[in-house]
Amino acid sequence: MLAQLRTLFRYRLLIQSLVSRELKARYRGSVLGFFWSFINPLLQLLTYGLVFTVILPVHHSPEMEPYLLFFFCGILPWTWFQSSLTESSGVLIASGNLLKKVLFPAEVLPVVSVLSNLAHFLLGLPVLLVFLAATGRLSWSLVLLPLPLLVQLVLTLGLALLVACLTVHFRDIQNILGHLLHLWFFASPVLYYYGAVTGRARTLLRLNPMSHVLVSYQEILFQGRFQHGRGLALTAVAAALAFALGAFLFDRLRDTLPEEV
Amino acid sequence: MTRAVTAQGVSKVYRRFLHKNQLKTLKSALVSRSLIRDLRPDQTFTALHDVSFEVPRGTTFGVIGENGSGKSTLLKLLAGITRPTTGSIRVEGRISALIELGAGFHPEISGRENVAINGIMLGLSRREIERRFDEIVEFAELRPFIDAPVKTYSSGMYARLGFAVAIHVDPEVLLIDEVLAVGDESFTRKCLDKIGEFRRRGKTVLIVTHSLSLVDQMCDDVLWLRKGAVADRGDPRRVVDAYLTYVAGGEEALLRGRSGAAPAEAGAGYREGRWGGREVEITGVRLLDDRGQERHVFVPGEPLTVALSVRAPREVDDFVFGVGLFTADGVNVYGTNTHLEEHRARRFVGEGEVRFVVEDLRLVEGTYLLDVAAHRKDGTPYDYHRGRHSFRVKSRVKDVGSYRPAHHWEFLGGIDLQRPQARPELDLHDLDEDAGG
Repeated sequence: MLAQLRTLFRYRLLIQSLVSRELKARYRGSVLGFFWSFINPLLQLLTYGLVFTVILPVHHSPEMEPYLLFFFCGILPWTWFQSSLTESSGVLIASGNLLKKVLFPAEVLPVVSVLSNLAHFLLGLPVLLVFLAATGRLSWSLVLLPLPLLVQLVLTLGLALLVACLTVHFRDIQNILGHLLHLWFFASPVLYYYGAVTGRARTLLRLNPMSHVLVSYQEILFQGRFQHGRGLALTAVAAALAFALGAFLFDRLRDTLPEEV
Repeated sequence: MTRAVTAQGVSKVYRRFLHKNQLKTLKSALVSRSLIRDLRPDQTFTALHDVSFEVPRGTTFGVIGENGSGKSTLLKLLAGITRPTTGSIRVEGRISALIELGAGFHPEISGRENVAINGIMLGLSRREIERRFDEIVEFAELRPFIDAPVKTYSSGMYARLGFAVAIHVDPEVLLIDEVLAVGDESFTRKCLDKIGEFRRRGKTVLIVTHSLSLVDQMCDDVLWLRKGAVADRGDPRRVVDAYLTYVAGGEEALLRGRSGAAPAEAGAGYREGRWGGREVEITGVRLLDDRGQERHVFVPGEPLTVALSVRAPREVDDFVFGVGLFTADGVNVYGTNTHLEEHRARRFVGEGEVRFVVEDLRLVEGTYLLDVAAHRKDGTPYDYHRGRHSFRVKSRVKDVGSYRPAHHWEFLGGIDLQRPQARPELDLHDLDEDAGG
């Protein structure tokens, strides 16, 4: 794992320029261009807002009011997680030419996927902060934001490496991943409040590392306090393990990649 | 001499069926880092088999072979893109591989940004790229388009930019895979010049190509791959000749002897063969240079001797020795015999040698076929060898036709031309015909 980190550090310039290329290329040619980074989360919010306040008005516990803002705190990091993995699953195959024709460090590609989606997350964050400020919810706990962010980064990197190299061997993963992530989304406390879940579902929720990451975000951003430190710390260990596993597997399969993509 | 590239017993095995053994191969990849360890031989395909060679620093090394002979596999192994199944490869110094030009370009962003990123991919630092940026754009001749997205480029422009970046990485070892086929004549020329400059600066160049003339022109040493194994290695002219012979006539032709068979490029009206009653037998044909060394490649202007070993078991008094010269497509360039030149036959018995001495070979570059014969005055053959012997003429001047008369140019009046720099023809005397054979 350390070797893997060293490699990534060695290629930081490459990663950096590939991420900025990714960001530049994504909105190139669109009218609104860069503003899409702000508009995207707003539109997402609007859609869910329409569903859960107009079409299906449900009663929310007081911990989740205002509901849209609560939802926003969860969906923003979740989107980062989900798009990172979806992109990573296809990125090696899409860049097959690079792997086959150029001496290119393959692990850079999923890492770039994760980091460029992190950039989108960070660009969406100010929009959220504006809303939080408008409702008077901005608090000092904000300085703790890097904690869940870092844990999520390590976890996402590990899973991205895993998904990226396995998809090369099993293209089926690309198809199944979307459904898995969908399921995972509903099994994570984005739409609902973590504390309100009881029974067996609670156990399941507790085993889901993303739960703890999301709860931490919600506490830090929405509730203005941070009490989920133990859960996040355990998740950090799990994230490190996921990264180690992803890095190990990727390293093992590295030589096979140019032949299989 | 220090080595730039060393390959030792390199083999590369690919899986034959891609998806049938998916789980098994994944498992073996995880356990032993090999995709093919647990596969039976019929499920694998050997692209390279036990290939060893070394390339001394500062030389230009060519790899030739038919399609599917393993050339590109070898290059990918050298570039480090894939790893050999067995054996080892060592490359000293920074390496740049021109396998596919502009492989890392992103279509949506500008040429400028792509140059920066491509440079980083190839191992340059940001500062190095900045320093070389103008040179790269100048070389690619893309100054007016450099800020346009790469997707608007023509394929030629794309390749030019790719080549420009790759060559300006300034590697110690340059790998080139048939990429000079892109772009127009003048750009190809420019690329070749750049590669030439590279060679002069003492860098090592490895070329995989189908262009035998390129190999002939540039390489110091050639490796011929046949079905994944080394078929021959050594002097470009000799190896290219052997390769041509093989391609033309197949394996038997090659086995029959390097100096023997003629390339079958010969036109339909010209068939190789041997016939005659053998009352006088031609037992051997050798092509000699002015030092009496046997050779198969000559340069224009040097002497060539066709030496025929002949034998007459019984005494004959009616005999003529003749020589005919044909181009590879069967056009008669010259023909003569002792009778036409009024040498009167008197008596021959036992062993002897006939020497046909050409004092000054006035032919343009190409492959030439030789007829030699012993026959009666009336034409009845004793021993007629048609197209069984060949030699090549190699020249720095790429003039056309077959006959090059001794000539020079004169210009009178207001015509001003710069004279070419004197470029003597190659000296082939110290060619070691048997090296590596």
